[in-house]
Amino acid sequence: MGMGDVIRFLTRTRGRGRLHWSDWLTYAYLVLSLLVVLLPITWMFLSSVKSPASLVENDPRILPYTQLTVPSPTGGRDQNVFVHTRADGSTVEVAFVGPRGINARVYELGKPDTVFEVPRGSLARKEIVDPRWENYTEPTLGSTQSRTFNFLRYFWNSTFVTVMATLLTLIVNAMAGFALSKYKFRGRDAMALTIVATLLIPPTVILVPLFMTVSSLGMLNSLWGVIIPTIATPTGVFLLRQYMLTIPDELLEAARMDAASEWKIFWRIILPLALPALSVLAILSVMWRWNDFMWPLIVLTQSEVFTLQLGLSTFKGELNDNMHYLLAMTVLTLLPVTLVFVFLQKHITSGIANTGLK
Amino acid sequence: MQVRPQAAFEWLWKTVGDVLDGPMRAIQSHIGAHRMAYVFLLPNLLVFGLFSFWPMILNFYIAFTGGQSVILANRPLVGLDNFRELLACPSYLDPRSCGVAGYSFWTGLWNTLFFALVQVPLMIVVALATALILNRDIRARGFWRAVYFYPVMLSPVVVAVIWDWILKRRGILNATLEKAVETWNSIAPNFLMMADYRAINWLIDARSGWPMFWVIFVYTWAHLGFYMLILLAGLQAIPRDLYEAAQMDGTSKSRQFWRITLPLLMPTMIVVLVLSLIRAFQVFDEVYVLTGGGPGQATKMMIQHIYESAFIGDAKRYGIAAASSVLVALLLMVLTFLQLAVTRKKAGN
Repeated sequence: MGMGDVIRFLTRTRGRGRLHWSDWLTYAYLVLSLLVVLLPITWMFLSSVKSPASLVENDPRILPYTQLTVPSPTGGRDQNVFVHTRADGSTVEVAFVGPRGINARVYELGKPDTVFEVPRGSLARKEIVDPRWENYTEPTLGSTQSRTFNFLRYFWNSTFVTVMATLLTLIVNAMAGFALSKYKFRGRDAMALTIVATLLIPPTVILVPLFMTVSSLGMLNSLWGVIIPTIATPTGVFLLRQYMLTIPDELLEAARMDAASEWKIFWRIILPLALPALSVLAILSVMWRWNDFMWPLIVLTQSEVFTLQLGLSTFKGELNDNMHYLLAMTVLTLLPVTLVFVFLQKHITSGIANTGLK
Repeated sequence: MQVRPQAAFEWLWKTVGDVLDGPMRAIQSHIGAHRMAYVFLLPNLLVFGLFSFWPMILNFYIAFTGGQSVILANRPLVGLDNFRELLACPSYLDPRSCGVAGYSFWTGLWNTLFFALVQVPLMIVVALATALILNRDIRARGFWRAVYFYPVMLSPVVVAVIWDWILKRRGILNATLEKAVETWNSIAPNFLMMADYRAINWLIDARSGWPMFWVIFVYTWAHLGFYMLILLAGLQAIPRDLYEAAQMDGTSKSRQFWRITLPLLMPTMIVVLVLSLIRAFQVFDEVYVLTGGGPGQATKMMIQHIYESAFIGDAKRYGIAAASSVLVALLLMVLTFLQLAVTRKKAGN
């Protein structure tokens, strides 16, 4: 069988005939980008249960290996276990007592009284797979000597901000969208234009006056100071108004005949019918608020009111050498978003593709 | 008795609506049904007014005041001093010749301009290539789309922590490269041997361009999926029969791309360009957590300058920050109008 046959065999496809060279390029691109996109995140997940030592060494193995240790017979530090290869090729497990010159002083496991010397080259680490869940429990339960990562508190703050801001965003913007799409009044179009024009005011360039306003309202270091300024989004008003324009006016007229109040029409007819647009806005709002960084950074300065993002960035600043804790806390921070994404992936991608807004 | 979640939700929905209906009905009987529009608009306008329009006006005022007080009444008017301090520079191209505030401002401005001008074209090209590939007849398209989009869901802080970990001096990237060189040298013939790999301090080495490179890379990594998604939606909106007709006429693939795909994708491309450019000028979160603007000031962006002038350190220079905001807003306005002009010209043709 020649080389040509091998290539033909490898490139054989079912049905569609041979793969065009551009198909090869396509799949090569996809595989390469899979590595660039997912490898860092996957690797972080896997590394978050590794021991500090294997993180420092950049242990390339997938599973969290750690060196086996045994308690010292004299009551000192735990002793590392090695596999010693004797001159005749047989092996024995030994515990490491200490160095002597180029040799190592060891004893066979179970016989701590007979310490002997072996060349270091004959020792290989005895390793076991042992996920280090303490990376997760120690910072969250506060049993590290250094700073703790109060996960439950941050998680609660983030959840409170996200849920409250999203609920308020939906109601406030739906009300405005309703007014701008189903009523005729003087200045309506100017109003709609003004609201959309606020898209052009980048929130980042009004940091100082916004800070002063929030501070004069007494909302510094309060979660409401993070929530309230964000709930009126031009994006939301625009999205909902455009959608509500498609709801036929006859429905409203019929309800008015039945003496329904305007509020009831809004709450019981318009909102249920606008559900597709509302759910897109809900998804966007959850994403925005959960990931917010700069505005909380300015409003919240005390750690009791930190959101997860603030907690993590502070933790990063203070514990940069304790990668094992930092990685675990990063996993905790991205886990909620990842779960939401896994379950709602279709809605999220199609919702964003249709509105073109983030 | 079993409570179904859906029924419980409907009950809650109804109750909340009914509770709010009481006061709303009272207002309606007072002002009349057609004026209820103002009531519906009120909460939105209040929030907009208080947290968008009012701050915008306030910002202009603060830009002309000095001192360190948060209370407006305690801030003395200083005229154009803040602007003078930012703009009094022998050479804008060399921020080191400016005063302290000017140095920070111009460094941030040039860095942001450089960042935007490199990052935006780079991202659009990669996003377009990716969208074109996902628009092909490939298996598991939904899966690939999700893969590219996933980083968009991650918060800037998470993104920065992950990449900081990878790019540390003793991080995975250096370890991998070192291993790769080692492996290569163990199998390559003598004349192809490479010098031993010396770990690079990707985010800290000030003399190299690496910190800025990685800032651009990481930002693109995190946001690519969003623009790819919009472009993909644009591609899928192009009618298939156009390509079929072109195929029948024997038009080559590359000609199809330049003559059908690109022109019909232009409106989407312009949306992507406008959005990504505005975002790039406001870059802060990822960069601030990743490099803190360092090494030195090599990756310090405009918004970081504003943030640090106002909120970091003992001297809270709100006036300088507000004046910088005014200058940035002017710049963004000019850019937006330029884009609108270009767009209109394109649309006119």
